Amino acid sequence: MENEYYVCTGCGLLCDDIEVELVDGKVSKVNNACLKGVARLKECERPAECRIDDAPASLEDAIIEAARILKEADSPVIFGMGNSTSQAQKNAIEVAKKTDAYFDDTSSFCQGPVVEAILENKIRTCTLDEVRDKADIIVYWGADPSNSHPRHLSKYTYFPRGKERQRGWEEDRTAICIDVRKSDTATICGDKFYQIPPQADEELLNAIANGLSGKVPKVSFGMGPKKILELANMLKKAEFGVICVGLGLVYSLEEIEPLVRLMDKLNEVSNFHLIPMVGQYNMRGSNHNLYEETGYINRVKFTGNDVEHGAHCSVVELLRTRTVDAALIIGSDPMSSLPGSIAKELLDIPVITIDPCNTLTSRKAKVSIPTATAGSECGGTAVRMDGVEVEFKAMTETDRMCDAEILERIMGEL
Amino acid sequence: MTNALEIYQLLPKTNCKQCGKATCMAFAAALLSRGVVVDDCPPLKEDKFKENYEKLSEIITPAGEASESGMIVHTEKCIGCGNCVVACPVNVAEDPYGAGSGKAPTSDNVILRVEDGVVRLSNVSQCRRFGKNKILCNGCIVTCPTKAIEFV
Ligand code: SF4
Ligand code: SF4
Ligand code: SF4
Repeated sequence: MENEYYVCTGCGLLCDDIEVELVDGKVSKVNNACLKGVARLKECERPAECRIDDAPASLEDAIIEAARILKEADSPVIFGMGNSTSQAQKNAIEVAKKTDAYFDDTSSFCQGPVVEAILENKIRTCTLDEVRDKADIIVYWGADPSNSHPRHLSKYTYFPRGKERQRGWEEDRTAICIDVRKSDTATICGDKFYQIPPQADEELLNAIANGLSGKVPKVSFGMGPKKILELANMLKKAEFGVICVGLGLVYSLEEIEPLVRLMDKLNEVSNFHLIPMVGQYNMRGSNHNLYEETGYINRVKFTGNDVEHGAHCSVVELLRTRTVDAALIIGSDPMSSLPGSIAKELLDIPVITIDPCNTLTSRKAKVSIPTATAGSECGGTAVRMDGVEVEFKAMTETDRMCDAEILERIMGEL
Repeated sequence: MTNALEIYQLLPKTNCKQCGKATCMAFAAALLSRGVVVDDCPPLKEDKFKENYEKLSEIITPAGEASESGMIVHTEKCIGCGNCVVACPVNVAEDPYGAGSGKAPTSDNVILRVEDGVVRLSNVSQCRRFGKNKILCNGCIVTCPTKAIEFV
């Protein structure tokens, strides 16, 4: 029992040093994980039920009914994926191909553009292990890991000792936070917090790039050239720098180009890397798997052997324009996370959910199929936010089926 | 942080004196300064106060080691991020490749570790703020995003 480590699937950090205690085959205590991880790894408060319409159903019947809905639909959409194992994602892609479906994941309104730029080699990246061992300048831009990825600073970036960072955070590392509000992470960064107004990210990206080129950096908001130059100089002096990009930055940029330009500039004068703060534990895996299959990371439509791609294939657009007539939603709760006016479109089409927990979406679904929770009840592989593949094993046994297997069974029925 | 009045609200408010204090309010104040423990109030252990007893036990971090050293963890604020675990110089010295490197602690001698998502103290007497050569260490205080650690 001692020192048997498990992986936490609570967020895209996939912490790999979790110890658990079991009582009666259930996880009773989770050590070393943050509170968010503990919540994920202990059983859901309300597990999802196996149901067709309003009546309880057997798993077998639910799978047959799910396959029937997908087969009868003219243009179904398959959506979710961030909380699924890589194998489940691959199986879901197969189902999409078989049913001529649209396929999209939550990255299309999260870190998609950044991951895409990394996969296309437009942006230089590195692993979190390299950050721990080497990084001296760590920038959180539009990110508040203290809430989104609680162990980010302690496990990899700021606080740990690393091979080339043996003297501790006070002396060896500088953490910088750029954000529109003074978040918990900003508080930890102290006087290295740079507050900017909403939507000013692009301006600051350009100003820093100018500063690095020896021009006077000017912005329209209350941050003087001196302060921007001080920031630019800190970045310039980095031996090994990393920018951890949060949704705050991604959302405020119309195009990713200004970020790419700053990264290029930084790498002319210094040594910089970028890591996307991917939220769900295997969101990045979904991007990788679809990219391998189609050359796109999200938002595609399969038709026979053809693949179509574009903004019109995003789940938001599909629902808004009422293009789809059925939805298979895996490990995601769009009814809670999408804007209400768009989410309500889901009420008008048959929805199938595959989820360990009872969610708003699963309650409204026509078919709800419960699955085992990846990480605690079933093993698999996932891709960490920095692109490293992480393998994980189950902590407990369960009679619930894993999502990969459920999708395989649906495929079998098609 | 909780005040004496909030604690008082959860006590039986009968001034029965079984705890040795003159009033429940005095007991509340003593609880706050960790001069007594929740269990020192006998009526609280009766069934009808079960809920209050549990609430109080949650608010008042267990005394023992923590009270001797004056270190208090507000467990309700802790998010288990582990910043304090990795930053604490004693943890680093005792367990450089475990806790000090951001990983699961591998030594029993660490002061801070995270269990069930919340920080747990042990070996508090080793804390740099105590003993002969004490220094004003604040490693665990300044690194905490939620200000969950406090010294009284
Ligand atoms: S930071 Fe993320 S992966 Fe790590 S323990 Fe917390 S929830 Fe789990
Ligand atoms: S005061 Fe210093 S030595 Fe004591 S627990 Fe906090 S970090 Fe560790
Ligand atoms: S730094 Fe604060 S929130 Fe994080 S584990 Fe320590 S006490 Fe808890």
